[in-house]
Amino acid sequence: MADIKLSAHNLNLYFGTKHILKNIDIDFSKNKVTSLIGPSGCGKSTLLRCFNRMHDLTPDAKIEGILKLDDLDIYKKKYSVTELRKRIGMVFQKPNPLPKSIYENMSYALKLHDFPKNELPHLIESALKESYLWEEVKEELKKPAVKLSGGQQQRLCIARTVVLRPEVILMDEPCSALDPISTRKIEDLILSLKRNYTIVIVTHNMQQAQRISDDVAFMYLGELIEFDTYENIFKNAKKELTKNYVSGHFG
Amino acid sequence: MPSVSWNFISKLPTEGMTKGGILPAITGTVLLTFITTIFAVPFGIACAIYLNEYARPSVLTNIIRASIRNLSGIPSIIYGLFGLALFVQALRLGTSVLSAGLTLGLLSLPYIITTTEEALKRIPTVMREATLALGATQFETIRDVVLPKALPGILTGVILTLSRAAGETAPILFTGVAFYINGLATSFNQEFMALPYHLYMLSTQHQSIGQVRPLAYGTAVVLIILVFIMNCIAFYIRFKQRTQD
Ligand SMILES: Nc1ncnc2c1ncn2[C@@H]1O[C@H](COP(=O)(O)OP(=O)(O)OP(=O)(O)O)[C@@H](O)[C@H]1O
Ligand SMILES: [Mg+2]
Repeated sequence: MADIKLSAHNLNLYFGTKHILKNIDIDFSKNKVTSLIGPSGCGKSTLLRCFNRMHDLTPDAKIEGILKLDDLDIYKKKYSVTELRKRIGMVFQKPNPLPKSIYENMSYALKLHDFPKNELPHLIESALKESYLWEEVKEELKKPAVKLSGGQQQRLCIARTVVLRPEVILMDEPCSALDPISTRKIEDLILSLKRNYTIVIVTHNMQQAQRISDDVAFMYLGELIEFDTYENIFKNAKKELTKNYVSGHFG
Repeated sequence: MPSVSWNFISKLPTEGMTKGGILPAITGTVLLTFITTIFAVPFGIACAIYLNEYARPSVLTNIIRASIRNLSGIPSIIYGLFGLALFVQALRLGTSVLSAGLTLGLLSLPYIITTTEEALKRIPTVMREATLALGATQFETIRDVVLPKALPGILTGVILTLSRAAGETAPILFTGVAFYINGLATSFNQEFMALPYHLYMLSTQHQSIGQVRPLAYGTAVVLIILVFIMNCIAFYIRFKQRTQD
């Protein structure tokens, strides 16, 4: 396997005594889109959130195993979690713009990470262009971000992640709150982003998984059942469980 | 009502309280509330932030929370006695507007902590995760997202609490209030006049109660108006927040 960007080895996660992720081994390739699929509650979001350490603030979460970004141990004590999250961005299910203007949404993270002030407008413009939002908002950057439509808000959330030039973008059902047209726009955006970023996306929509993924991982009850290219998963899955799921027989 | 005039609220009392105004009682109450605010608001908000954002849920934090709730059920006269023992005597602040303000601050703290915590709880996790995922620290997240979003709720709680504190008599009884002060309160270590106590004295303790009755009614009206204004501000903040969401 060439060029593995992000990986988990022997990953086990517990919430209190509940064993949620069981012995997960997974490698995400560089500049590819990998979809995580599986029935509700199987641990897709939980797995995704391990990679940018979003479980750090959950008191009873216990994580075992080795997670790596290139050669970096993600849970290494000395490595700063804020630096990690600059390199691994995340987009959530429900658009969650900050209660500030569009421009401030974009500049917020840049300021946190001490980007030079005079570069901000340029960085923001190019990230908004890259996220296909620039034409729609360039006249009204001062407008509160919550006034945008749901689809625009989600593209803004992607743009404010992209503006930091992360290496990996994690997306947890980014289209589930959106109409088909906005969904289409975001899918196009994801496809264009993969040239520069490694993308891991959770989705419940099989058509979407086929439209955008290079690789697909199927999870069931906390285990990784099958991981392969999307052709193999959707056309010749090796496991019965996977076949049933992708053909819509359960879940 | 005829007793409430401009003179009534802008003049000093004269002739053994039977004439003149209640200005010192008004400024006394304002000064008192000011001290209460300075002490209780920052401290109460900080406690709530700690409890809700930083402290990991444990038996200990649950005990702390339960104790805080219980504290808000203690009769205010007990706070008065406690303030007398702690501020007036142990800390040697004397019977003064400072001691009384701190005592009222103690009384207000549990309410401020509880209402602030409620306001913080209402901020959804996805809001916090937005900035955390961008690489903000927990402190930056609280400062930039959580507090601004929770502010209207916090302010509402604070103002209602303070307006209650401003009308309290028992906690200031032993700690600094006086029936009559010659002139306006000018420093923190002086005794002071306050509206609720003034009202109490005029309506039950004065030697010519019949004669000062209009003044007592006037004082009551002024006190109610003050509290009413504060409640209106709280209501306005809540209303504005609701129309924003
Ligand atoms: N903070 C938590 N504490 C305890 N249990 C949790 C916590 N978060 C998630 N779980 C449990 O972990 C399991 C996996 O949840 P997760 O959110 O990862 O599922 P999912 O695959 O993303 O489902 P969906 O498709 O519905 O989003 C569920 O059984 C859930 O109840
Ligand atoms: Mg999920």
